[in-house]
Amino acid sequence: MWTHLQIELYKIFKRPRTYLAFAAITALIGVIQLGLKVDGKEYTEFVMADFATSFSVDGNILNGYFICYVILQLLLVHVPLLIALIAADMISGEANMGTLRLLLTKPQSRTAILLAKFLAAVVYTLLLLIWIAIMGLLFSMLIFGTDDLFLMKSSYVVIVKESDVFWRYAGAFCFAALAMVTVAALGFFLSFFAENSIGPIVATMSVIVVCTILSTMNIPLFNTIKPFLFTSHMNNWKEFFDFKVNDANEAIIGTIQNPQKIIQSSCILFAHIVGFVGAAIILFRKKDILS
Amino acid sequence: MQDIVKVSHLSKHFGSLTAVNDLSFSVQPGNVYGFLGQNGAGKSTTIRMLLTLITPSDGDIELFGYSIKTHRKEMLRQIGAVIEKPDVYKYLSAYENLKLFAKLSGIKPNHTLLMNQLEMVGLANRANDVVKTFSQGMKQRLGIAIALVHNPPLIMLDEPTNGLDPQGIADIRNLILHLSREQKKTIIVSSHLLNEIEQIATRILIIDKGKKLVEDSAAALFDSTQTILQVHTTNNAEALEKLSQSTWANHLKPMRDGLLIFQLSQEQIPQLNIDLVQLGIELLSLQPRNSLEDYFLQITAGKQYVDTFTN
Repeated sequence: MWTHLQIELYKIFKRPRTYLAFAAITALIGVIQLGLKVDGKEYTEFVMADFATSFSVDGNILNGYFICYVILQLLLVHVPLLIALIAADMISGEANMGTLRLLLTKPQSRTAILLAKFLAAVVYTLLLLIWIAIMGLLFSMLIFGTDDLFLMKSSYVVIVKESDVFWRYAGAFCFAALAMVTVAALGFFLSFFAENSIGPIVATMSVIVVCTILSTMNIPLFNTIKPFLFTSHMNNWKEFFDFKVNDANEAIIGTIQNPQKIIQSSCILFAHIVGFVGAAIILFRKKDILS
Repeated sequence: MQDIVKVSHLSKHFGSLTAVNDLSFSVQPGNVYGFLGQNGAGKSTTIRMLLTLITPSDGDIELFGYSIKTHRKEMLRQIGAVIEKPDVYKYLSAYENLKLFAKLSGIKPNHTLLMNQLEMVGLANRANDVVKTFSQGMKQRLGIAIALVHNPPLIMLDEPTNGLDPQGIADIRNLILHLSREQKKTIIVSSHLLNEIEQIATRILIIDKGKKLVEDSAAALFDSTQTILQVHTTNNAEALEKLSQSTWANHLKPMRDGLLIFQLSQEQIPQLNIDLVQLGIELLSLQPRNSLEDYFLQITAGKQYVDTFTN
């Protein structure tokens, strides 16, 4: 399995397409950082407009932690496309190139081949998120400095102490990784049905768009299926930034307001991963290679 | 001698289409086994079933005495295969492709082994070039290097000369003969090109519409009495009259396209040539037709075509 994984990673990182995602992430984050560095004051004034009469805020709101939160909010919606570029190509790309049949004439089990491919897609996804963390969090901390994290929610404001922020980002990135691996698993599963790369990539994005719409629509018909849609849970990384408060309404350092929600969402996402990959393996073991 | 490949009552259905129908054959060690049939006859489907790319609907396949259903990995370790187009990773070099597939074949490749393989197929000087710069013939040779890198005793080549120019076809043919004669490999080669199979196969299986039509040694199929000879002279009508009164009358067949047609053994051709000259017939051309081709057409869809030649 290790040899398989090495080979799959070697193939992924030998393709120029792979670096497209890293370049896109770098460019996007760079643009956001540049914009906020140049016009950050206007941006915070605009965001704070509703609270300006009620609050007087001291300190550096526009710090690295805040920038990273903005970046994650903007970026995690688009990262699935970059993941689909690779994950949805894992099987269909080989079928399209004609290498799948050569690969399957080698003395390796189909399950091992498929699992190695999926694990390689997972490694790619994790590396992409690590790159987002380096660019979005560490670089932002270097450029904008650090302070308390000031978040404006729809009806309230959250201030997370500087000393209490970093582990929350670690948790948020881990959760985001799980969400993105779910996207990779979906792309991987859809990749089984096609012999070109474009179809599964478009199909993956279409499924995400449709499920996201269903997740956000408040219609009774859809409300029953909402809890089971992976898109309903993908944004729950934000839960890491809500904490418990004591009787005096003061934040309790090191707590999460609703950890159960994170655990439940993680389980549902994990079930989706197992479901998508398991289905792909079962179907692939029986598949006639005709191309 | 134990059969290396033993196929029993093999069938494959795709919905209502029967691609392979109750096919049985066996391959002995050291043979170059020619698998002959028209396009769509079921050759590729059969080879893909041998390679476990396609699951048979019915029947059994045994390789080296073991069922492929229960010993898939062990069997594939002993097979090298090129299936139609030799598609490899175009963004990798020849060396990288070979190394990658060598690892997947279960060996730990070293530089010397890989370079020797590339040397054998004439690609050593292009080892580090990416495959997308290769011609079809070079890709085909790389495909063969990949098939052979783990030194398998059994090699399966499905239409290995597809898309190659005449020099490429000759190179592949010579390589197959080299592997058979020098390295004692057992080779199954499928093709719709009769001429290619005729030149390399020691045993031939002809299939049509998924069914076995005939299986025999190449020597038996190339029955020399079946040679058809087309003779063109300065005056074919006059020549026919003279020959009808000669000892060659029994070998004469009805004229076709204005040409004289003989059915005779290859050994008789020189004597015919001498006699034609002695009868004062001025020869323009004397062209033997491929006997296997005639035989093939006779037993497959083109039966009528040959009938018109020989009756």
